[in-house]
Amino acid sequence: MTIDAHGTHRAEGAAEAKTAGQDTDELVPAAEAHAAHVLDAAAESQADISAEIAAIGEAYRRELKDGAAPETQPRLDFAPYRSSLLRHPTKSLHHADPETIELYSPAFGHQDVHALEADLTIQHNGEPLGERIIVAGKVLDGDGRPVAGQLVEIWQANAAGRYVHKRDQHPAPLDPNFTGVGRCITGPDGSYRFTTIKPGAYPWKNHLNAWRPAHIHFSMFGTDFTQRIVTQMYFPGDQLFPLDPIYQSIVDQDARDRLVASYDHDLTEPEWALGYRWDIILTGSKRTWTENEAFGDAGDDEE
Amino acid sequence: MSTLSPTRLTPTPGQTVGPFYGYALPFAKDSELLAPGSPGSIRLQGTVYDGAGNPVPDAILEIWQPDAEGNIVQRTGSLVRDGYTFTGWGRGAVGNTGIFTFTTVNPGPTSEGAAPFISVAVFARGLMNRLFTRIYLPENEEALAKDPLLSSLPEERRKTLIARRDPDGGLTWDVRLQGTDETVFLDFQGSSTETGAYR
Repeated sequence: MTIDAHGTHRAEGAAEAKTAGQDTDELVPAAEAHAAHVLDAAAESQADISAEIAAIGEAYRRELKDGAAPETQPRLDFAPYRSSLLRHPTKSLHHADPETIELYSPAFGHQDVHALEADLTIQHNGEPLGERIIVAGKVLDGDGRPVAGQLVEIWQANAAGRYVHKRDQHPAPLDPNFTGVGRCITGPDGSYRFTTIKPGAYPWKNHLNAWRPAHIHFSMFGTDFTQRIVTQMYFPGDQLFPLDPIYQSIVDQDARDRLVASYDHDLTEPEWALGYRWDIILTGSKRTWTENEAFGDAGDDEE
Repeated sequence: MSTLSPTRLTPTPGQTVGPFYGYALPFAKDSELLAPGSPGSIRLQGTVYDGAGNPVPDAILEIWQPDAEGNIVQRTGSLVRDGYTFTGWGRGAVGNTGIFTFTTVNPGPTSEGAAPFISVAVFARGLMNRLFTRIYLPENEEALAKDPLLSSLPEERRKTLIARRDPDGGLTWDVRLQGTDETVFLDFQGSSTETGAYR
């Protein structure tokens, strides 16, 4: 990597990417990008992206110091993630009071999800390669109420950092014993639990030498459709955090930290798997609650 | 609803759905809330566009709606559809040309005289967090005129939430993530911390 050489093109390269965000397509096979490194003088370096991330972070910290409220969600407009350039609304989101259907969520139950879908290590004939882990926690709403009987979906790369997705051309091995997709229904206390393999970091095409920190994609429903969330869970101490424009699109450090699981030795099982704990807090429910709802009616076939 | 309880815990941030949801989130009959061709079923289709007017080939939508009589359904079985139970929820990924298709019913009004709508969540690679919006049926202009959300919007923005009725009885409604005809996306939290994040 030649940061110095890129440095002279930095301003120009950044401007180009801002008008032609489509060009930085992370779906382009990483293998080709690797060969193109040497030739592609216009491509931006990690130093370029890191400088942009740092500038946004500094501006945010000044606003905080001037009394601005801390941000809790990612910026939709976050230029260091190039694919966001043409895909974020430029008008303010319109404030609306949730009404009728929005105050309810679709119902899922054990009819929808088999109990074994929570174990990503038993979906094939053999044991997947990599570090076996348990990821568990609770789904709570903004008032701390457990979200019971709701669907949690996860998907992830394998231990080598490869997704079972036809568009992932990262030349890391696929694992015939690992697909990387799991589902479960939360228990009465909002708890979920998956057994899986620790995913690997992987390269992508946002800029030269871009690597995503290891993560598991999570999708959750609350009791109101307005609580719907898709996010990513990360692992503690990842050295790629400061370099990753997706993680850094959440400009507030406390907010970013909420996506990082904790290692939990009480969750670790002897001779078997390491445990990570991660709780998810949804936005507050806007519905008027009854005691029954707070504990869920998911028991369409309670075991 | 005005009985908002103060949120005590800070919500977990969202993140982009990324490029690789395609082998995880879709499932059999995910976008068929009813079997295509069954009585009362309609096609709901549209295209997701980016700020340059190009179709977005890696977006996935969810719809959540009342049944044709305006009842909010609380039935399980969306992920393993039996072909008969209307659950009110569906998921549909766009194809290579940015087009999504659902088979559903026209939602009914949830109360007398209310404008029926479908609630929508939009996810895409490059989109940092899901976006919420609504699809209103184009008929019953009186109800549309009285609708609290629509009446709070200027005409040129209001129309982005109203579907077109197709000759075959279906609905067409497009998503424009950015630009002149940008779809109205909704913020249900209304807190400065949340809206501040979306500039």
